[in-house]
Amino acid sequence: MGGQNLILNTTSYKNSTGENYTIQLLQYFISNIVVTKANGTRYTVPQDSSYFLISEANPDSRFAHVKVPEGDYSKITFTLGVDSLRSTMDVSKRTGVLDPAGGMESGMYWGWNSGYIFFKMEGTSPQAPLDPTGANKYRYHIGGFGGYSAPTINNIKTITVDLTARGIAQVRTNRSANIHFFVDIDKVLSGTNPVSIAANPQVMFSDFSVKVANNFTAMFTHDHTEN
Amino acid sequence: MGTKQIGVILSIMIVIIACSKDELVPGSLFAGFRKPAHFPELTYNISGNPVTQEAFELGRKLFYEPRLSRNNTISCGSCHIQSSAFTQHGHDVSHGIDDRLGKRNSPPIMNLAWMPAFMWDGGVFDLDLQPIVPITTHEEMDESLANVISKLHAHSAYPALFKKAFGTDQITTANFMKALSQFMIMCVSAESKYDSVVQKIGNAAFTNEEAAGYKLVQQKCGSCHKEPLFTDNSFRNNGIGIGANNDMGRYDITLNEADRYKFKVPSLRNLAYTAPYMHDGRFIRLDAVLDQYSNNIQHTPNLDPVLQNNLALSATEKQQVLAFLNTLNDKSFINNKLLSEQ
Repeated sequence: MGGQNLILNTTSYKNSTGENYTIQLLQYFISNIVVTKANGTRYTVPQDSSYFLISEANPDSRFAHVKVPEGDYSKITFTLGVDSLRSTMDVSKRTGVLDPAGGMESGMYWGWNSGYIFFKMEGTSPQAPLDPTGANKYRYHIGGFGGYSAPTINNIKTITVDLTARGIAQVRTNRSANIHFFVDIDKVLSGTNPVSIAANPQVMFSDFSVKVANNFTAMFTHDHTEN
Repeated sequence: MGTKQIGVILSIMIVIIACSKDELVPGSLFAGFRKPAHFPELTYNISGNPVTQEAFELGRKLFYEPRLSRNNTISCGSCHIQSSAFTQHGHDVSHGIDDRLGKRNSPPIMNLAWMPAFMWDGGVFDLDLQPIVPITTHEEMDESLANVISKLHAHSAYPALFKKAFGTDQITTANFMKALSQFMIMCVSAESKYDSVVQKIGNAAFTNEEAAGYKLVQQKCGSCHKEPLFTDNSFRNNGIGIGANNDMGRYDITLNEADRYKFKVPSLRNLAYTAPYMHDGRFIRLDAVLDQYSNNIQHTPNLDPVLQNNLALSATEKQQVLAFLNTLNDKSFINNKLLSEQ
């Protein structure tokens, strides 16, 4: 969080607009992981084992385990969100974190406009106007895979991070490489497109969500790799 | 001697009738999914969910199961009543849990295997994902899918029924949805008088008035209400004017300005059972609908190109259209025991 460790509920942060806010809920999908060697050889993790729901409230969910062949990988690419192909697949292919059965509270699926919520962040801010429940709450539910029969917003973000400077991943048999990222959630509000909670307390399926999603790419920085 | 023989024959016949009736109840009535010969190819991917008697019957039980709602009071059948061609007769907008009201009229569960997108705004593109909406919507069932599945797991009958239908007593989102889809696609309405006439069954024929109405419907309504389903499943602004709640319809799904105030074209089948009409149920009677198209089209954004002028039907023409629309009512559909709560 702009240099501080994120603590849910209790700690207040300040965005670039000067608004204070807490985070009560933070969840997002990481999927379609690809690793690339220095010579350009790419390895795509099989899709069925390449969907992860990162939930701040569940520390175990912060580790995305994937299996790749031995090698030295200098680049990693992943999707923030769920690709359009999986977003339109038969319900039997939507298991595990992709099961639409997630509840309304922590669920990551829109029934009314079939598709996944890629990124969900909720919290309080004194600058947020009172909502119908009487709380100064903001809610950002960002999704949109581009539409099925008619084109619409596409907030799927592909993020590539170069590992060279901070340590490439040397994957060997019986030894895993742990690539550590810092994810600066404040970038969602304080990135290239500054987002004011007062002006946009609820952002869901709307044109404005595209501005929020365009801030996602800058959230991820590589910190170090443990080989 | 002769009298005795007749007596024997009679008693044999009684046995045969009783026997076949026994089999009829669970078995013989069920003939799987059959595409009416005059209907187009399905849009539903039935090869991914082949209809079996076990899964269909499970789907039917789930359709009428109030456990799908938060407080076990509302089933799918609450707002989709068979005698009203699976709509909620008499309600302009759907009436759900805790007396809450939705913002749109309950559409019929009818010929869904030919429907490429669901809900008035087409927000759901796969029938297997549709039930999530009413289950989770605050004004309808207000429940979570996860809770529904755990209630079914805890139920004395459902795990065994899922086992019979899908070979596993693990109730998953996928097999729950597929069972419901099997019931819903079996709700086929294709036995109206119109169907008999176009298929030349027996001596079926339109009266002169019906025939004149048929011609008018083909000319004036047919570009949207396309035969034989009597919808082209497109989204259009039909000129009824913007509702009091400013419902923007298809725009909510696509965020495309050109979709503002467009709603899915409903079928003209079974109108005698499905009043009131339009996405918000604003017209109680069919003659009001005809009056609307005839002389009250509102020029609001994205008004459909084919409705730029009032249809200007004469009183006689309206009578003829109504006579034809009556031939689209399918009594066997609303009385089909196979589709009823058992």
